[in-house]
Amino acid sequence: MNILEFSLLVWFGSFVAGFLGALTGLGGGVVLVPLLTSVFGIDIRYAIGASLVSVIATSSGAASTYIKQGFTNLRIGMFLEVATVIGALIGALMATFVSVKMLSIVLAITLLYSAYLAQQPRSEFCDTETIDPLAAQLHLNGTCPTPNGAIAYEARSVSTGFSIMVIAGALSGLLGIGSGGFKVLAMDQAMKLPFKVSTTTSNFMIGVTAAASAGVYLARGYIDPGLSMPVMLGVFPGALLGAKVLVGAKTQLLRILFSVVLVVMALKMVYNSLAGGV
Amino acid sequence: MYQDADPRISSIEPQPIVPSHEAQLERSISTLLQCGVWLSSLIVLIGGVLYLMRHGSESVDYRVFRGEPAMYRSLPGIITSMLTGHRRGIIQFGLVVLIATPILRVLLCFIAFLRWRDFTYLTITALVLSGLIYSFVGAYF
Repeated sequence: MNILEFSLLVWFGSFVAGFLGALTGLGGGVVLVPLLTSVFGIDIRYAIGASLVSVIATSSGAASTYIKQGFTNLRIGMFLEVATVIGALIGALMATFVSVKMLSIVLAITLLYSAYLAQQPRSEFCDTETIDPLAAQLHLNGTCPTPNGAIAYEARSVSTGFSIMVIAGALSGLLGIGSGGFKVLAMDQAMKLPFKVSTTTSNFMIGVTAAASAGVYLARGYIDPGLSMPVMLGVFPGALLGAKVLVGAKTQLLRILFSVVLVVMALKMVYNSLAGGV
Repeated sequence: MYQDADPRISSIEPQPIVPSHEAQLERSISTLLQCGVWLSSLIVLIGGVLYLMRHGSESVDYRVFRGEPAMYRSLPGIITSMLTGHRRGIIQFGLVVLIATPILRVLLCFIAFLRWRDFTYLTITALVLSGLIYSFVGAYF
């Protein structure tokens, strides 16, 4: 296979990764890393570098549509970014004395359970009984566009959501993947935000999380221009298409898609930790 | 910690959320991200076409990790390599623009909250910004 053919194939794979990444709020890395390593036989470090590029491209590419449509909650995004930054620092400190193998198994179980939780029906715009004063103070409440017009929602358990995000930041820092998945879960399950708000706000945040590690990967020589070029050029239009589709998509379908990706992610983690890969 | 800080600030200066501020910030963030990602794609596309024209028929080799040459690992190196006509340097520069986009977005929010004297969110964006700076400084020193 020559570079031209290779670039075209990677371009197509990246387009699909960007599409799924934007639609689920997970970023393109979930699809891209296994694709590059197992199908194309690329070294995991080059794959991680390219996946980082894809996450930033998905995030920035889809964000503007989501913001304009009014799905993204900017304040929640900015507030929770603090948690992921703290988490990333803790993760870096923990990296020396934690068994990554054990951690991946625990995490995989968490992911499978979360995939199940995401399927449990619940009302997106519930009655306002348990108002969190912190949500009001931080102006975290907002409105979400629906087929029946914009409906107001309120953020619950802000401190729980924040704590989960710290843990998520630390775990994803340790394992290098899954940051988007936990972001969506913290907002969806703990803070009880509407699903589209959770995924689009996660999409908004993952760019910053990825940019934080981009410096390290660039300095270590993981980001290869020849490989990242088709990835970047494929992910971006894929993300634009994904953003268009999300706006009109049924929440139920998005939840199913999200759970499926989580299950695949969990199985891959178990496989990797048993096979002794990265 | 924000719980303690907020009432004190609001007693000095009430902080109602101004809808026009919110809309203005949304617009500028959205424009910034869009410009960043389009500009970066354009640069990567130009570099990519030039790269494929010269190297398109060579064989692919990513199985063994060698790491990038030093000139593609830091911003000064990338700029020098681009100016000396390296096609991969152009692609790499486009990727740097892409990586810079979310960082500039945080900076934009920081400046906006500073102008509006929204101290809670000023602290929040300052924390994120310092985390980002820390990770970039840590990567090279």
